[in-house]
Amino acid sequence: MQVEFELNGKLVDADVEARTTLADCIRNDLRQTGTHLGCEHGVCGACTVLVNDEAVRSCLMLAVQVQGDRVTTVEGLSGDELSPLQASFRKHHALQCGFCTPGFITTAHALLTNEPHADEDRVRDVLSGNLCRCTGYVPIVEAVLDARSHYARGGEKR
Amino acid sequence: MKVSNAYIGRPMERVEDLRMVRGRGNYVADVNRPGQLHAVILRSSAAHGNIRSLDAARALELPGVRHVLTAGDLGAVVPRIPLRLQPLPELEAFHQPMLADKKVRYVGEPVAVVVADTAAIAEDALEQIDLDIETVPAVTNREQAEAKPSVLFEDHGSNVAITWKAFRGNAEMAFKEADYVRREQFKIQRHAAMFMEPRGFVAEWNESAGKLTVWGAAKTAWYNRRVLAASLSLDEEAVDLIEVDVGGGFGSRGEFYPEDYLIPAAAKLVKRPVKWIEDRREHMMSANHARDIECDVEIAVNRDGRFIGLRGQIWADIGAYLRTNGSVGPRNVAQYMSGPYCFEHIDLKSSMLTTNKTPSGTYRGPGRFETDFIRERLIDIVARDLKIDRIELRRRNLVADCQMPYPLASITPYDSSTELDSGDYHAVFDLCMKEFGWAEKSKLSGKLIDGYYHGIAVGSFIEGGAAGPKEEARLVLETDGSLSVYLGSSAVGQGLETIMAQIAADATELPYEKITINHGSTSHVKDGYGAYHSRSTVMGGSAILLAAEKLKERIREAAAARFDCAPGEVTIDGEEVSHSGKRVQLANLSDAPLEVEAAFFNKKYTWAYGTQAAHVAVDPGTGHVKVIDYLSIEDVGRMINPLTLHGQAIGSIVQGLGGAFLEHLVYDDEGQLLTGSFADYLMPMASDFPNIRSITLELKPCPNNPLGAKGAGEGGLIPVGGIMANAVADALSHLNVQPTELPLSPPRIWQLIETAEAGRATA
Repeated sequence: MQVEFELNGKLVDADVEARTTLADCIRNDLRQTGTHLGCEHGVCGACTVLVNDEAVRSCLMLAVQVQGDRVTTVEGLSGDELSPLQASFRKHHALQCGFCTPGFITTAHALLTNEPHADEDRVRDVLSGNLCRCTGYVPIVEAVLDARSHYARGGEKR
Repeated sequence: MKVSNAYIGRPMERVEDLRMVRGRGNYVADVNRPGQLHAVILRSSAAHGNIRSLDAARALELPGVRHVLTAGDLGAVVPRIPLRLQPLPELEAFHQPMLADKKVRYVGEPVAVVVADTAAIAEDALEQIDLDIETVPAVTNREQAEAKPSVLFEDHGSNVAITWKAFRGNAEMAFKEADYVRREQFKIQRHAAMFMEPRGFVAEWNESAGKLTVWGAAKTAWYNRRVLAASLSLDEEAVDLIEVDVGGGFGSRGEFYPEDYLIPAAAKLVKRPVKWIEDRREHMMSANHARDIECDVEIAVNRDGRFIGLRGQIWADIGAYLRTNGSVGPRNVAQYMSGPYCFEHIDLKSSMLTTNKTPSGTYRGPGRFETDFIRERLIDIVARDLKIDRIELRRRNLVADCQMPYPLASITPYDSSTELDSGDYHAVFDLCMKEFGWAEKSKLSGKLIDGYYHGIAVGSFIEGGAAGPKEEARLVLETDGSLSVYLGSSAVGQGLETIMAQIAADATELPYEKITINHGSTSHVKDGYGAYHSRSTVMGGSAILLAAEKLKERIREAAAARFDCAPGEVTIDGEEVSHSGKRVQLANLSDAPLEVEAAFFNKKYTWAYGTQAAHVAVDPGTGHVKVIDYLSIEDVGRMINPLTLHGQAIGSIVQGLGGAFLEHLVYDDEGQLLTGSFADYLMPMASDFPNIRSITLELKPCPNNPLGAKGAGEGGLIPVGGIMANAVADALSHLNVQPTELPLSPPRIWQLIETAEAGRATA
């Protein structure tokens, strides 16, 4: 089946089987490999992408479901410079192996875009849908809280 | 003269992050080769049985299926996976075959490999393979292993593979003469490293060059190359293992698994690149499991509270085969049970039992997490019995600074004698008490506040690191004046590129920005050992120091030729060399790169150590435990990067909390794994444990390496199980609840409370 959508600002199309997940389409057909697959059953959150600015698990969504939609992956959140959120992850050492990181960054980006004043409880609550095995979450939460000011100012969001 | 570099000790932001936070990392699933096919593995759905037949005809009829690899493709004898550590000949019987041929021994054991145009087609084909297994009774726990409804290895005739013996002094006499002896049984549940990136490989066979390249190596590439080359009857030089970004290891990833052989073998057979990426369910039934021990142990103590002896029996359920490092955990439980305390008399046996479950191997703090649970629980039980304050009891028995080096118990049948190298255990213990606010918090001990019982606990630990025998570093001063470092150490997410660049910058006095770290691939150095036993910083870092000295000699020689003077007369000042007024930049020094190689040899372990304390609140209605405060203080001798070390300390503690409260690989009586997804296997989430604190000290540098560093990063996790159980016991002290089994799940705690209350009602 043909599917056409916007990926990180560019119109793309792919010829996929009906059963192809959005994650597999992005990774295998479109070769954007920043989106990672950690469980393929919707628990770990590593594959989180933004569909029309909403954080979704690309392993639980079929590619054909995003026909005409706007999809943003971690690659689409910055250019050559790190985004404020990405820089905050680096500053707070909020990643070790880096495998879960794309999912945390897309999830946190969606959260702070909608709720730039989210408090620690809210941040922890939202991030509880993403698993990280390395950091113990403490520095991830610090990084997200520290990045809030950039979103509150309505500054660089992507 | 300008000031020398001082990158060591600075919290440098990581080089790795620049690609990883932007989705530009390159993990094995991101590797694609032209013309590649995809492999999927048929795994046994029976825990124990004999293979009657395997018919792949219908699978081969599916369009896009290229080959179904079975034991028949592997020659007359299916190769087996040798032991990387403690390779005793008497353990050969328990080596795992690369593919099950006659018998299957656990659910998830590889039986065949389907190679197809896409992974989806290969998965479809799995369902078309007719595998007929005649099942025999499964052995799933100690009782069955001993009762022997069946044995896993008929030639061996028993489900006990081997028994490790840790010994020191004369335990029999000590227990006879002791004022007080206490005996207890403990159990630690099966759980696993569960790193986030599933395993995978891309293998490519170049027929004309006779060369095999495999992407996806981790941890121990050079050892794995030896095994792979031997099992494919290739020269080592014909095989290259390439390390790309690795999504976590924790001891489990990078050991030699059947797939390490099967995917390259398939690529060689079909003469096309073959890619395999496991899924999570597959991971849970194929990658090494860990822990899963029970024990019956005794402690002997004098009237004045001096520990005298430990003795008893440990049973380690290692699963269906002995994997590459499968002896480490069971051995460590026995050898390191004394921990940071003085025990002059030790007699501990640790028997490894084969069962029809996934084979086990090391997971962060192997054996130490288990043994610290046992020991720290025993200490609190003794304190309660003898009415000695648990702080005072620990202080009285910690190994003193003046006793260093302090030998740990000897072990047979594979000797690994070691001694605690240095440390002021009392100072760190006292600092922990102070920083935690023990005196103040102890007022809450056992109190019921707003429906929660509060409890506190403390425990001390030792963390071994820096396993030998050696590590290699190759330094290349490029013609543009930049420095390329090639290392035998490997990266599993610990920030190796950053840390090694810090060390190399200080050692060579070259700018940090001009240094590139290459690691973990067999093409980098002749012989490497990799990342295990918290060894990379100490071993790889020390190798860099040695190589840097050699590089300076080479630079002096090159400059001497240029200046027409003796090498000893050349001055090196950062990026410039000079002699009597003549100056040359390193970037202009030589037309060819200057290359040196050095190896650091070391057989003495480093022993980081520390103390942790925690405050919990137990909900008696549900059995749920809230961690209100958790503090860890560890002395690592010397820190290279406080930012990354702090991160590992916190992350390790939270992994330990997962093992203490949540994580459990559960099997039914027939050997079926009941926890095959993240919905069943619970790991810590962002909302579970918000209050974790860690302080790292540089109190006592290690005397055995030029950096003075001690292996670190596993430590945080080691005492967590014991401390959590002791805190729960403290909270419920009015009921004398004594947890002896992990995990401390809500149903277990609730049941302990119910039982204790029922006992009190009838009393």
